[in-house]
Amino acid sequence: MSAEVLYTFEVILNGLMAGVMYALVALGFVLIFKASGIFNYAQGVMALFAALTLVGLQNGQVPFAHLLNAIFGTDMHYFGWKLPTIGGVPVLAIVLAVFVMIFFAWAVERLVLKHLVNQEPIILFMATIGLAYFMEGFGDLMWGSDIKKLDVGLPQGGNLWLEEATAGWGGDAFYGFYIDNLDIWATLFAAILVITLVLFSQYTKTGRALRAVADDHQAALSVGISLRSIWVIVWSIAGFVALVAGIMWGAKLGVQFSLSLIALKALPVLMLGGFTSIPGAIVGGLIIGVGEKLFEFSIGPLIGGATENWFAYVLALLFLVFRPQGLFGEKIIERV
Amino acid sequence: MIGCIVDNNDQEEARQRGRVTNNGSYLMKFMKFTSLMVAGFMAATPVMADLVFPSLSYRTGPYAANGIPFADGYADYFTLLNERDGGIGGVPIRMIECETGYNTEKGVECYESTKGEGSLVYQPLSTGITYQLIPKATADGIPIHSMGYGRTSAANGKIFSNVFNYPANYWDGASIAIKHLLELNGGDLNGKKVALVYHNSAYGKEPIRTLEELSKKHGYTFTPIAVDHPGQEQKSQWLQIRRERPDYVLMWGWGVMNQVAIQEAANIRFPMENFIGVWWSGSENDVLPAGDAANGYKALNMHNIGSDFPVFDDIQKYVVDAGKAAGAGDQVGSVLYNRGVYAAMLAAEATKVAQKIHGVADITPVMMRDGMEALEITEAGMAELGMAGFGPEFSVSCENHGGSGKGKVQQWNASAGKWEVITGWIESDRDVIDPLIMEDSKAFAAENNISEGCS
Repeated sequence: MSAEVLYTFEVILNGLMAGVMYALVALGFVLIFKASGIFNYAQGVMALFAALTLVGLQNGQVPFAHLLNAIFGTDMHYFGWKLPTIGGVPVLAIVLAVFVMIFFAWAVERLVLKHLVNQEPIILFMATIGLAYFMEGFGDLMWGSDIKKLDVGLPQGGNLWLEEATAGWGGDAFYGFYIDNLDIWATLFAAILVITLVLFSQYTKTGRALRAVADDHQAALSVGISLRSIWVIVWSIAGFVALVAGIMWGAKLGVQFSLSLIALKALPVLMLGGFTSIPGAIVGGLIIGVGEKLFEFSIGPLIGGATENWFAYVLALLFLVFRPQGLFGEKIIERV
Repeated sequence: MIGCIVDNNDQEEARQRGRVTNNGSYLMKFMKFTSLMVAGFMAATPVMADLVFPSLSYRTGPYAANGIPFADGYADYFTLLNERDGGIGGVPIRMIECETGYNTEKGVECYESTKGEGSLVYQPLSTGITYQLIPKATADGIPIHSMGYGRTSAANGKIFSNVFNYPANYWDGASIAIKHLLELNGGDLNGKKVALVYHNSAYGKEPIRTLEELSKKHGYTFTPIAVDHPGQEQKSQWLQIRRERPDYVLMWGWGVMNQVAIQEAANIRFPMENFIGVWWSGSENDVLPAGDAANGYKALNMHNIGSDFPVFDDIQKYVVDAGKAAGAGDQVGSVLYNRGVYAAMLAAEATKVAQKIHGVADITPVMMRDGMEALEITEAGMAELGMAGFGPEFSVSCENHGGSGKGKVQQWNASAGKWEVITGWIESDRDVIDPLIMEDSKAFAAENNISEGCS
């Protein structure tokens, strides 16, 4: 095979990996939309907040340090300790961050959603916009706005074994397949996450209650399912998914404000895969990832490059024309 | 004027109260007397003169991590002058900070809301905001200092009367990077491949023309590679670099794009010493997230780094220790903090020149412009300020608002966790850049019916 063909395969492989990263973000949107019909604008900010919390806890950072220092005239930024790790993985910090995200879910339900029961979806959507902007400022205030390194013990960089094993396949011009180790781990985590979520929703009582609420709020309420508890659970799970996405993207970019913008990469995935399907988020992510990378590789150089951001949306729109509910979305039939 | 309004209002109010009841006539008289005294005092007291420096900062949003140290440095230097010297020429400094969030619309709003305060000079800290402010500020007679950013051809002061971009601009940066590569290659780049990874915006595209011209002169192959905003995903771009194997990669990035590019370069095992960023891709923020992998990465700079200058001792003593620092005081000595200090120092020095030219301490924006145009930064002058060698020596004139166009190259030492300057001041290739500046500025003049000239 020629080097050009092999490089095309390399682009496809990397597109698949990038797609998994997009899908990780899209999953959080799907979970909340499926269970409550809310398009959670704050999902990207939740990933940022979760990652900030993880790094802050791991490094022993004093929360609200600037505020406390300004009020009390102190000069404290760190407690002076770091949480223990197991094999380089900050397990304790991750567990604590999960608890923080559960508390966040409880607070959102208590302070925002409880007061908006039975409101139009657009009102709930607007509430999540407000929540997103509040969380941006709150996260900055709590953990500072400097860029933080996130080290969760995952290897980064091209996979040497694969590179060396395949080098020269297409002659001297082919340097071997490149795949980032972090992307391989992200794929593994995404697979575990999806399988766990599917098993949870199929085989647990709470999972069945989630599906019931997703199917019909009124009917679920009539059989004694507490909508408010379900909202706390689903926002907690979305918070956990946001933490996983925050870890994976944070390891790539550092933990910084721009993490919240990864939501932009999830939107075309949702449009394509459907807002209500977990497998849709994965398949949508893979199609968007491969599509945008292949377009950039083949057509990009002819039109000046930097095509990925807009081409992802073009691809999603193309799918929408033929299947408005997305690939795996539920077809909406309203009788009048 | 304010005193007169208070006077009339108070008198009217006192008169009305007098009509309501006579029982309190003594009280009324007393109140009237008091109000007249207050009004008289206010009218008699001259308005306190001050030198207004607006700071268009961004402490929130995706670029806050970069905006905060610059804004802190800018503010702390002016605070130092107030605390240590009582201002500039005996007139205290008043700094007005306005949050732009690095958003062009908000930046223009900030300009409009602060220009009436007697703002002497605007440093927009954003190429987008600078482009919007050029016609507005020129019409209002207020100077702009876009230090190392903005419209490069504004260096031609005969056309851009109110815009200054000393000590160096983007095209200088491109040329300085190529000169550094020439130094590394014995003066010959023939047959070498140079790629530019750039932010797909007006800012990122600025050096392309210069690098193309320089490629004709020096014989290297030039490949521009665009990265879309904000630049979190750059897999395609770095796979292309891995395939095409350029000898050197230059970067015009900002914000998250820098951190991702450095990480991706490390991932594909691109030699970091062959990767050079412009001065907006060379702060601690850009390299720290990649950890040890960023070791050896290079960036340009238009000023010196570190806190080993006497001026920082004064900042510590008069500003940080006195609890008057703009931030937490933890940014002192960082690359972008130093840039803020440098920008404030250049503004303060131009103010001194303006005061000298016009013989008044409380200068106007028009006078400030004259001061900026006559600014001369010498080694002796910087030493007096406790900043010996902090920036290049340069002088500004009507023909040249761009300064000397000199820069240095710094390299990241990951184990020490700091930047190290590895070259002296490198002067840009004026033979290539000056004609480009003339061409672009004349095109702007023709489009906007501006006649060239020096006042």
